[in-house]
Amino acid sequence: MIEERKEILDKYQLVVGLEVHAQLLTKSKAYAGDLNAFGSLPNSNTSPLTLGHPGTLPRVNHQVVDFAIKLGLATNCSITREMHFARKNYFYADLPKGYQITQDTTPICKAGYLDVKDANHKIKRIGITRIHIEEDAGKSIHDQDPFNTLVDLNRAGVPLLEIVSEPDIRSIEEAYNYLAEIRRLVRYLEICDGNMEEGSMRCDANVSVMLKGSKTFGNRCEVKNMNSLRNVQRAIEFEMKRQVFLIESGAPVDQQTRSFDAVQGTTFTLRGKEDAHDYRYFPEPDIQPLSLEQAVIDEVRKTMPPLPNELFSKYTEELKLSEYDAGILIESKPIALYYNELIEHTKNYKAAANWVIGEIKSYLNQSATSIEDFALRPAQIAEIIDLIDSDKISKSAASQQLFSKFVADPSSTAEQIAEKANILQESDDDWLEEIAQKAIGAYPDKAEAYRKGNKGLLGLFMGEVMKLSNRKANPKMASQILRKLLES
Amino acid sequence: MRTYRTLGEIRADIDRNQLTLVDLVKSYLQNIEDTSHLNIFLEVFEDEALAKAKDIESKLKSGTSGRLAGMVIALKDNICYAGHKVSAASNILEGFESLYSATVTKRLLAEDAIIIGRVNCDEFAMGASNENSAKGLVKNPVNPERVPGGSSGGSAAAVAANCCLVALGSDTGGSIRQPAAFCGVVGLKPTYGRVSRHGLIAFASSFDQIGPISQSVEDSALVLEVMAGHDSFDTTSSKLRVDKYSEYSDFKPLKIGYIEECLTNSAIDDEVKKTTEQLIERLKTKGHAVEPVHIEELKYLVPTYYVITTAEASSNLSRYDGIHYGYRSDASEDIDSTYRLSRSAGFGPEVKRRIMLGTFVLSAGYYDAYYAKAQKVRRVIKNRTEQLFEEYDLLLSPTTPTPAFPIGSNTNDPIKMYLEDIFTVHANLVGTPAISLPLSTHPESALPIGVQFMAKKFDEKLLLDFSHNLMQSAALKK
Repeated sequence: MIEERKEILDKYQLVVGLEVHAQLLTKSKAYAGDLNAFGSLPNSNTSPLTLGHPGTLPRVNHQVVDFAIKLGLATNCSITREMHFARKNYFYADLPKGYQITQDTTPICKAGYLDVKDANHKIKRIGITRIHIEEDAGKSIHDQDPFNTLVDLNRAGVPLLEIVSEPDIRSIEEAYNYLAEIRRLVRYLEICDGNMEEGSMRCDANVSVMLKGSKTFGNRCEVKNMNSLRNVQRAIEFEMKRQVFLIESGAPVDQQTRSFDAVQGTTFTLRGKEDAHDYRYFPEPDIQPLSLEQAVIDEVRKTMPPLPNELFSKYTEELKLSEYDAGILIESKPIALYYNELIEHTKNYKAAANWVIGEIKSYLNQSATSIEDFALRPAQIAEIIDLIDSDKISKSAASQQLFSKFVADPSSTAEQIAEKANILQESDDDWLEEIAQKAIGAYPDKAEAYRKGNKGLLGLFMGEVMKLSNRKANPKMASQILRKLLES
Repeated sequence: MRTYRTLGEIRADIDRNQLTLVDLVKSYLQNIEDTSHLNIFLEVFEDEALAKAKDIESKLKSGTSGRLAGMVIALKDNICYAGHKVSAASNILEGFESLYSATVTKRLLAEDAIIIGRVNCDEFAMGASNENSAKGLVKNPVNPERVPGGSSGGSAAAVAANCCLVALGSDTGGSIRQPAAFCGVVGLKPTYGRVSRHGLIAFASSFDQIGPISQSVEDSALVLEVMAGHDSFDTTSSKLRVDKYSEYSDFKPLKIGYIEECLTNSAIDDEVKKTTEQLIERLKTKGHAVEPVHIEELKYLVPTYYVITTAEASSNLSRYDGIHYGYRSDASEDIDSTYRLSRSAGFGPEVKRRIMLGTFVLSAGYYDAYYAKAQKVRRVIKNRTEQLFEEYDLLLSPTTPTPAFPIGSNTNDPIKMYLEDIFTVHANLVGTPAISLPLSTHPESALPIGVQFMAKKFDEKLLLDFSHNLMQSAALKK
């Protein structure tokens, strides 16, 4: 339906702000003692409070506050010291109280930012307006009973953090990278599992377009229901084209709330501006205003793990890893932590990265093991690297033989295993020279050709040395000796 | 059987073997039956109360009973009691049974109080005459032509009609003190946060407090002592230590301010004014310093109160939606009609009026002019009142401008009805404790007249000591 003419699209600037909801991995709900767990029997994680029964009162779960502070610190926000909660009033079947307890004028975190890569791989700073605490609604199930909607209140009251960005995002790549960074952060902080498919992390996108160079934003549409990073990209891309098309055809872009249809790859109207809810926010009178002592914030700061951005800088700047390698290492926190421990045992950072990204990750993939359950500790990988670096074993022997034998027998040392497997390299000069003599002696004509300038024949003699030595010859030394013998 | 006015009298007679607890409960049950035309009780827990009486009787004999053994209590129908119905006198909670007990209920039961039933009130505690009950109006035991006051009209009437020794009420803008004044009994609204609200069906969360209604100050003091104190289920409940309210200190001259505007108010009944003036003189002769004080903001009290309470109520009552529990209209077809039809039929007109008013004052475009402004005024009044309490120990005013009015006389004029609260809302707006004492009766109508004393926050001890002392010197009670 949309004419995809690049030169037309290129006249317009995309403007996006994202609202991310992260479901928190707390033990209990935001304002009730009920279990916060996924997959329980419907309506089992409930109590009179979660059911919205008369006379019940909310209590703030302080783990939620700690998690919010963590995310606030990780996103460079200022933490609000004096805050109150607010009610957001609306009716829905899965909202038993008729309001959500959230924060309105005093969000717990304010004015932060995240640095992400833009479309040209340059660093782009995306402002974070606010992060506030709120609670999830229950679930309305429309497809299990032919006549009724069923309501499951297990999710009702599950704590959420809503992370609202500034409309600073200017490309689909930035949107993707911002969202991926948020997901990585909540996983590093272990406050949310970041699973968009299961809805434990959700994203709404506020999308508008304007002519490039313009200072005034166009009317924005809020797009909901995108359950993957990829779908967020698709929805924004579609929405941009839709709005450009409207403007180009002389029609206004109406401020709307729209929903993404993942099958069609399109968005459709949920409600217009005139149907927008009036949530009648007001301070929650059942919860006392909350004062955060600096000591509480400092305590939380102490529990902060290393953050992916910091690790990326360290890996690329201090350890001189490539951005590509660093990117793979920080993608998952357990991998990064493994690498961090590994480089405490070896100074060969590049080799360490190669081992983690290469042998270890493919082993984990093939055996469907997590790094936490991996048999070899970082210090043991460092043993392998040391054997290679001291020329006691070849890289290929380490990779092809030693690694799998070591995984199967992690209580031995790497050297013991290499010895048992008879793959320790020979670095004995006299012995190597003897073999090199034999190898040259086997091909007198080739030796002659080499001496006449065909240096490419060195590989032939190397192959012969390896064969005669049962692959135990130290290749570096062998080639030195061969060259010495051939050129003398 | 004689009429008991205090738990002390009951315990003394039990100790002398002149009374059994079972007989006492039976006599209350008889009184409940005899006064059924007043429509005080919504439900009587007869078997349960008798069984408990036997139980506690033997505890009394073995010396293992709790502090409230011998006390028979009625609960206002907005206080939860596990396994019992609770309806806030509304049709919308039709058939609803509470899954849990309010903290106050638990604490009373733990001290061996007997709960004899639940009593009528204005629907969701919204009213000043008990005429807004879906379960029918309550008549004043003193004069059945008159209202008992509200919203805890059933509670005050139950005590006045000797259907129980103490009743619990809730007070959002005078709902304990005004019916206590109308029925000639003692009514205490504690400091906001002194008593847990867990298990009290919310009307306006930042105003509501549970309190006792009794014949004597000493029973109210004892019940408060048992109920008060921090509760982890109500984070607005205070962690301050609970004083020994039931132990009285000796007479101590106090500095008392009387709010002059209350006595010059045009709405005030001449007899009420006279009673109050006589009391002022009497207090002076007893050695107290009594001086006029001024609260210029007095005329803003009622509007401020109604803006904020209706705002909170509109949100608090959203949960009664016909979906989860209680009444659902049979004509419901989909979610919207379930809400519309169930709430239209389930709520009474006064409740709907307040939900609409509260929804309006919180609406986009009106919030600042109403809700936000009212909160500012509330702060001004709080500051002014706190200033007064720096100088005075107590503030004195009539509890109500008039004695109990005739049934039906105010029902068509909500504004006039709202002005019933003019002297009582002050304590709820600022969160201070206040008590209404039955200090006089109207010479012509023989209707009770109540006087209200207000103390600074968490100064219940002083308020109760003073009240006890005043009631002991029965001179004002002819």
